[in-house]
Amino acid sequence: MPMILEGLSWIFLSLGGVFVFIGGLGALRMPDLYTRMHAASVTDTMGAVLILGGVMLQAGLTLATIKLLVILLFLLLTSPTASNALASAALLAGIRPGTTPTVPRERET
Amino acid sequence: MLPPVTKRLAQALRVTIFLILLAFTWLFWSGLFQPLLLALGALSCLLTCYVAQRMHYFDDETFALRFSPTFVAYLGWLAKEVLRSSLEVSRVVLDPRLPISPRVVEIDAGALHAVDQAILGNSITLTPGTLAIDVHRGIIQVHCLTKEGAQSLVSSDISGRVAALRKG
Repeated sequence: MPMILEGLSWIFLSLGGVFVFIGGLGALRMPDLYTRMHAASVTDTMGAVLILGGVMLQAGLTLATIKLLVILLFLLLTSPTASNALASAALLAGIRPGTTPTVPRERET
Repeated sequence: MLPPVTKRLAQALRVTIFLILLAFTWLFWSGLFQPLLLALGALSCLLTCYVAQRMHYFDDETFALRFSPTFVAYLGWLAKEVLRSSLEVSRVVLDPRLPISPRVVEIDAGALHAVDQAILGNSITLTPGTLAIDVHRGIIQVHCLTKEGAQSLVSSDISGRVAALRKG
């Protein structure tokens, strides 16, 4: 049983790492602010859930797991709020969505 | 309309309950009773209360979330959507051609309660590939990463699902 939990935790942590990497890669590859935010939100959701889930499996049935669960809940509640604030600020600053060419990389080459 | 005195009393009661809840939460999570940490805790509780008051949190009771079976079912559906669209956005990011087709769609949330509008907007933003950028007169502007994502958002009737939450 500990072996299975260990393995499962390992899988969760690795997958979470992959999603965090994809989020970072996407933030670099996307052409403008709004599309970058889409990529980064993969880190906020899948990355956070999988990594905290993996750590929870390591902690077992302890108070630490409950605290991790609450941290996860707060992350899932606050990250959209932060995204909304960022998007609203960008909109107010005059960055219109869709004014940048949608596929700039193909035109460059 | 309640007379002003009764209204103020009801507000004071809500603030007190809120403070007690906050203090309990702090003590429960910290579990330490040194004077410094208790003082920091008291400061945090008061600061939170002040910010909440500034946001008109205590003006009426609309902020109470009810954990009905419908709400749990909604969370399950949202989790499924988040998983599906995370994989979709990941696929787009890893595609060498970067096949994005960003666009803005409008979701009508005018019939919804303000709290439900917030739930709707946050649900949309939480889902990768869709981002609520503005709410004006009940219309939520949603930035979508791809044409397919925009279509599935419109066809998912997320607004109707959130409206069903209030009915219980």
